[in-house]
Amino acid sequence: MEIDVAAGASAHVHESLIRATGLGAAEHVAKCAVGAPPDERGEIEWDNAGVDRALPRLVYVYMVLSQGLLHDTYVMGRNAAEWLPATLDPRLVIDGALVSGNCVSACDKNTTFHHQNNPIVTELLAGHGTRWNFVGVVLTNASTRLAEKERAAAAAVDLTRGLEADGAVVSKEGFGNPDADLMMLLRGLEHARIKTVGVTDEFAGVDGASQSLADAAREADALVSTGNANERIVLPPMRKVIGPLPDVARLAGGYAYSLRDDGALEVELQAIVGATNQLGFSRLSCRGV
Amino acid sequence: MTKIRVVHCINQFFGGLGGEEEAGAAPRWFDGPKGPGLLLGRLESEFEIIGTVVFGDNYVAENLDEAPAEIVALIEAHSAEPELLLAGPAFNAGRYGMACGAICVAAQERLGVAAVTALYPENPAVDAYRRRVTIVRALGDVMGMRDALAGLARVGRKLVAGEPIAPDADGTIPHGLRQNFFASETGAQRAVQLLLRKLAGEAFSTEYPVPVFDRVAPAPAVEDVSTVTLALVTSGGIVPRGNPDRIPSASASVYGEYSLEGLDRLSSETHQSVHGGYDPTYANEDPNRVLPLDAVRMLEREGRIGRLHERYFATVGNATSVENAKRFGEEIAAKLDNVGAQAVILTST
Repeated sequence: MEIDVAAGASAHVHESLIRATGLGAAEHVAKCAVGAPPDERGEIEWDNAGVDRALPRLVYVYMVLSQGLLHDTYVMGRNAAEWLPATLDPRLVIDGALVSGNCVSACDKNTTFHHQNNPIVTELLAGHGTRWNFVGVVLTNASTRLAEKERAAAAAVDLTRGLEADGAVVSKEGFGNPDADLMMLLRGLEHARIKTVGVTDEFAGVDGASQSLADAAREADALVSTGNANERIVLPPMRKVIGPLPDVARLAGGYAYSLRDDGALEVELQAIVGATNQLGFSRLSCRGV
Repeated sequence: MTKIRVVHCINQFFGGLGGEEEAGAAPRWFDGPKGPGLLLGRLESEFEIIGTVVFGDNYVAENLDEAPAEIVALIEAHSAEPELLLAGPAFNAGRYGMACGAICVAAQERLGVAAVTALYPENPAVDAYRRRVTIVRALGDVMGMRDALAGLARVGRKLVAGEPIAPDADGTIPHGLRQNFFASETGAQRAVQLLLRKLAGEAFSTEYPVPVFDRVAPAPAVEDVSTVTLALVTSGGIVPRGNPDRIPSASASVYGEYSLEGLDRLSSETHQSVHGGYDPTYANEDPNRVLPLDAVRMLEREGRIGRLHERYFATVGNATSVENAKRFGEEIAAKLDNVGAQAVILTST
């Protein structure tokens, strides 16, 4: 799909056009599957009644970006900035409640596909009632203003306490300023005596020698790393390329010299969509050597 | 089975040339093992120590650009073709440690050979070389010789075999680098498992240890400086001539307490700088430049401060470990508190 933008269209109009077009195209493709027999069937049950009281009560604190143009997320059709934090039925997550509207550094973006197949939700649902009691999802947003961040973190902690959580998994989107949101959430939850694990990627520099996160907290004592996004990779030349390859030089994680003569691409993981996805989608991890 | 060809680099003391007086010795080659190399040879049967380079601490540490290259040339001149170079152990010796680090870098870059040394974690050479060099964790002195040699052997073998080194398991000091790898499970699965372990009160490890930043709340400002008992403290290494407490030029684990009674100013006859981290010429010419006794006496005479406490504290703040620095601060503060000092001028360099 090639989209030409009319002269004079504002950045916001441009963005909403692209987004609407993408959603329209997705609907068009999806309609082809209506009525066709599915390749796989599964049943998702989520019932809190009668769960063994001895099982630990786990909450998923789901942080998404709402930071303005090209950095927004839509939940139940509304911009996340308008009504989060809020609790959400985990089944709605699998049902497509979240649509990504952001174009952060490709590596730690949660695409709509990632949201709909949220691996933390599927993992927690899988063990619900047998290994733990998955009591709910608290959806929260990371905005750009400090006061907003503090308000959202405090409200998300309150909601998690309201669910009487014993423990919480906290996921993240983006990097840099959202590191502050992650630390606020982990600190707030631990102070509320809710044990936490945070999922985050790292920006430790090309050589892995730099400090990985932009913020720190003593309470962040259990983190899962989804990889150092600055590590470089050489992608071999592809027989077929869709899209303007030279644009790679302009992406975060790409360089002027990224595109080699033979068509190979040298980039940081940062330039690859979902490479260090912070829902813990892949097996990529990082360790100290 | 062919043995691994090893060259061992040690300093003048361990090489049997002499002590401090031989610290300027140029590197020289000896066939076979020497000093600690003899013990190493007994501990590790897979090694053949084909030669030992013995060098003066100062010769290399004061010449970090050229001296390691000389040592490389010496190894090449003896057609040694080692597969592994071992340096030290240097324990907590700063100059020896720096020399070992530089020699390992030269071996890696110029000879293309695996290299490893053994240092005490607080050795300033660790900060300087940990990124580029594999360092076995050693104790602070020769009591740790056997373990350090065993570590050099163990890690040396792995490096030659191209096996990855895991700091905790292999007893090395981490390079301080982050490296990606693929785990056997997804991040989401690892997150839930980590949380369950934490909830169960079991031992758990974070995949990224967050650095802890210390916050020190500044003391409130002095209300009326003209009534205050002021004390002088310095990490600039200004000590009475002769350095009676032998405060070292780096990695100090001690501080001194000295009298200022009857002194209006310091002079090059009464005091000196022993700090190894800056050019001491100007401080030696006029120590008041680093410990401003002359200026404070002036303030005292003018009534701008109450009085100057008649003793001052000094150490060398060159590669001081955080642990030691904290301890000095706490102890000095307690002593000053006892004598009623309310304010300190702390000079550093």
